[in-house]
Amino acid sequence: MGSRASSLLREEDIEEIKKETGFSHSQITRLYSRFHSLDKGENGALSREDFQRIPELAINPLGDRIINAFFPEGEDQVNFRGFMRTLAHFRPVEDNEKNKDPNSGEPLNSRNNKLLFAFRLYDLDRDDKISRDELLQVLRMMVGVNISDEQLGSIADRTIQEADTNGDMSISFSEFIKVLEKVDVEQKMSIRFLH
Amino acid sequence: MLICTWLLLVCSVGETAADLYVKGASVPPEPSRTPSRSSPEEYGNPGSAVARSAEAPAPTAEDGASPRHGGGYRIVQWEWSYVQTPYIIALWLLVASVAKILFHFSQRFTTLVPESCVLILLGLVLGGIVLFASKKQLYQLDPGLFFLFLLPTIVGDAGYFMPARLFFDNLGAILMYAVVGTLWNAFCTGFCLYGVKLAGVIDDRVEAGLMDFLLFGALISAVDPVAVIAVFEEVHVNEMLFIIVFGESLLNDAVTVVLYKVYISFVEVGPGNVHTADYFKGVVSFLVVSLGGTLVGLVFAMILAFVTRFTKRVRIMEPLLVFLLVYLAYLTAELFSLSAILSMTFCGLGCNKYVEANISQKSRTTVKYTMKTLASIAETIIFIFLGISAVDKSKWAWDTGLIVCTLIFIFVFRAIGVAGQTWILNKFRLVPLDKIDQVVMSYGGLRGAVAFALVVLLDGGQVKAKDYFVAATIVVVFFTVMFQGLTIKPLVTWLKVPRSTNRKPTVNEEIHERAFDHILAAVEDIAGLNGYHHWRDKWEHFDRNYLSKMLMRKSVYGKSELWEACQKINIRDAISVIDQGGNVLTSARLSLPSMVSRASFPEVTNVTNYLRENGSGVCLDLQAIDTNPGAKVEEETETHRVLAGNLYKPRRRYQAHYSRHFMTVRDQERQEREVFQRNMRSRLESFKSTQYKRHKKDRSQKKRKGSDAKEQDANDKPRRNVSWHDKDPVVVPLESEEEMGEHSEKEEDVGIVFVARKTSETPKERPSSVSAALEVCQSPSVAPPSPTCGEKNLPWKGGVGVLPPCVSVEATKIIPVDLQQAWNQSISSLESLSSPPVPQEPQHPRVSALSRLGGPLRPAAAGQGGSGTGPTPLTSRQFQFPGGKEEEESALSLHLQEVQPLMSSMRPPSSTTQIPGKRRNPRMYLRSLVTTPPSAREPKSRGPTQL
Repeated sequence: MGSRASSLLREEDIEEIKKETGFSHSQITRLYSRFHSLDKGENGALSREDFQRIPELAINPLGDRIINAFFPEGEDQVNFRGFMRTLAHFRPVEDNEKNKDPNSGEPLNSRNNKLLFAFRLYDLDRDDKISRDELLQVLRMMVGVNISDEQLGSIADRTIQEADTNGDMSISFSEFIKVLEKVDVEQKMSIRFLH
Repeated sequence: MLICTWLLLVCSVGETAADLYVKGASVPPEPSRTPSRSSPEEYGNPGSAVARSAEAPAPTAEDGASPRHGGGYRIVQWEWSYVQTPYIIALWLLVASVAKILFHFSQRFTTLVPESCVLILLGLVLGGIVLFASKKQLYQLDPGLFFLFLLPTIVGDAGYFMPARLFFDNLGAILMYAVVGTLWNAFCTGFCLYGVKLAGVIDDRVEAGLMDFLLFGALISAVDPVAVIAVFEEVHVNEMLFIIVFGESLLNDAVTVVLYKVYISFVEVGPGNVHTADYFKGVVSFLVVSLGGTLVGLVFAMILAFVTRFTKRVRIMEPLLVFLLVYLAYLTAELFSLSAILSMTFCGLGCNKYVEANISQKSRTTVKYTMKTLASIAETIIFIFLGISAVDKSKWAWDTGLIVCTLIFIFVFRAIGVAGQTWILNKFRLVPLDKIDQVVMSYGGLRGAVAFALVVLLDGGQVKAKDYFVAATIVVVFFTVMFQGLTIKPLVTWLKVPRSTNRKPTVNEEIHERAFDHILAAVEDIAGLNGYHHWRDKWEHFDRNYLSKMLMRKSVYGKSELWEACQKINIRDAISVIDQGGNVLTSARLSLPSMVSRASFPEVTNVTNYLRENGSGVCLDLQAIDTNPGAKVEEETETHRVLAGNLYKPRRRYQAHYSRHFMTVRDQERQEREVFQRNMRSRLESFKSTQYKRHKKDRSQKKRKGSDAKEQDANDKPRRNVSWHDKDPVVVPLESEEEMGEHSEKEEDVGIVFVARKTSETPKERPSSVSAALEVCQSPSVAPPSPTCGEKNLPWKGGVGVLPPCVSVEATKIIPVDLQQAWNQSISSLESLSSPPVPQEPQHPRVSALSRLGGPLRPAAAGQGGSGTGPTPLTSRQFQFPGGKEEEESALSLHLQEVQPLMSSMRPPSSTTQIPGKRRNPRMYLRSLVTTPPSAREPKSRGPTQL
């Protein structure tokens, strides 16, 4: 986490980030310029306000949740390294990565990590369970106002009932994976970063 | 098949009356039907009819009406020549429809064999019969008929219902395949055929030079939209694959048209006289034809959208306008010899959004159904006629070398072309097209009726080898449609191509995938990637600010809020009509108790019709036409409907679905404002809370909403400055709330009462507005005391969201008192029928959840329930889950307490504004108590949850 204050990207940082996230050199520099342009405070780190200034995020139903996902627990600043680490979740899984050395740990863009990112959006209190309330909150964000609380509640009930296998009336991460096993997460949670 | 045979014979009666009687012997009902309208003498003497019609085949009408049979006034006259043309057309349509119906009788057969194959076979049989009967082929696929009537219906449907986002998402690939791929195919096939000809593989009888082969290559190389739709629709490959192949088949029209015309002119002037400038002219012509066609289409789209802005008072014209202008786009493009298919496709694609917003729900349904019906029948006729045309041996000449080579070349070059282009495309695509996709795309390059019509159009004088080309085209079309169409399904299965599953996504998948999409959109925005999405945003901005403003009704454009309220208002109107209609019904004395049984749905619809005919002018059948009332209603349907209708659409990767035979309801983009408001509100909340050092609010379950999560976050961390101008967003919600208030006022006018459907666990809290609820139906005390428990078992209760049941429920309350007993009896008999073993009783928590979703649709039930359950108030235990989860129950009961009896008048609209936590939709909780089981019955039928 060295480069908090520096505004210039050093080669060794790039190498480290490359290793950690799998982004290419040009992708890193491109994203760094984006990072820099977002960083209105010019202190080498982004605050929540910096994110909130992105106009499209204001009309994104889950915008604030996603902004929060960029910030490590208890912090309200994110440096470039952390920024890239979060973005790396959305790197598409490439063919040659699938069978690359399994010893080096799971890459950030693995299916599980992609799912975990989504799961964390629901799981506000970080107890590794999506409770009915947490689900309801997200549903309320994603749904128009003309759907009543009651209807939404019943949807939440259905959702939990469908996913809940151990009967604790909440969705654990393993249940979350299970219920989405038919979904092409690798594809649906990836975006194309320009080379 | 037999029916088809005699229908065919009927339609050929004009020309081939003689054969009619020959055949008539084998098909008994036939002669008795048609000639019964003619004179008895003639019927009694078929031999003379044979003789006469044999001498004068065409004007058969003279047979019947001719004065030869003796003068004087004739009571019945044989006016065949008068009705001939429309009669034959109608009979052909009937043949096609009956063939389709018969074909779909066997489910297993349908899954194995594509419809197009069967239709072609049927055409072959019919053509054989006609040929056998009349010694010459009377019918064949006439290019004029095809290009002016049959093709536009299919293309119009395809364009109008094209999933626009999916189309534009893949536009790059589609254009590539359509232009480069088609050119590649055309040139390679043409040149190679010429080479093969030089090598002597093709017989010398085929007098064709390089230009002829290039011409043939041009017309045979284009993938055919009709065939592609017909085959791919049944294969159900994934949407991306479908849209690429299908889009290619539509957009390659411009290439085909230009190549065809250029070569024709080259053939005319002779290859020696072609100058270099002509090639450039060809290129320019391509640009003019394609861009011009697109432009014509877009202009007509704008005209259409603009016109539909002003049809408020003549709603009945809306569907016609749509058809007319879309068709005019096609004809106009033809008029200027531009690409008509492109024009029509883009007209449909462009106008859809605005037209759908402008026209009424009924018109939408009409447009959908009519388009689908027309396209479906046109497709059927095309394939039948293809079969029939092939029979006529006089039109074509066989050359094995040419045919085999053509087949090989088109297949090989298609495969090579696809592979090469995909290799290039994959460098730019997020979702690369893998090998399997390429195989399917190569294999799905079906040729069809367009190629056939074009080859028939050739001038035999100039293109000497026309007959050979016709034969080759027929074989290629048959091979691709029949052989490849037949085998593509097993192939797709074998290759494990991701299919567009008919399996409906589970609720979880639907929600989470939607969340994924929002996440992706946000991450793209954060990462600052402005490629395709950036330009799409720009376009949408332009669209919002200028196009929509101009092309959409003010009511639609200005108030996006209105859209979301649309359904509510609809329902409310329906309720009010039912309210008024109740008395009418009583006087009409319809036999309502019989409605209890499932079989009595026609009567229910009759009630609806009755109301409608009385000029209520509201849309009672929101989706009635789509719903098959008798069908088994899956319990998930309603949840999915609500989700699909209300979940915010992410900016990308929406759920697109294209099918000619199924329709989806489109939603409008009202979400951005809502989300913006909510986000801003929550930001403002958190800002306020930090500023005033307000500590944790009252955090009762009741007030838990989506916003407090962020408050919690923000409570911990101080904000430096709030960059967003907070003022504006705050004002906006106020406005919207006022609008809501207006709605509630409207409700008041109508006299609808908010009634709680549930009481809390304490019995004393029974709905206080029982009498008020009864006023809704203006016939108090009619509701029998115990129908609730019966009613919840009513089979048609399953049809949540279908309005006819709603009418019927209402209707139950206006039964005259003397019928009440009969009613009760039928109820009790029904109860006994449907008690324990039925697995999916409404007692099932999920089902009751569903019924909650269908909420406002069933107002009367609530009123009735209020009266019916007065003595034994309900508890919230009906929502208890099988295992008896306490926490869930308590959460639910808390949730339920929130739902208290409320009158709209008691709730000032502005009071809800300030506290987001408390903000409540002033919608009616008129709801079916009928689906909430009384506690007495509960234990019996609460089975384990089935998941």
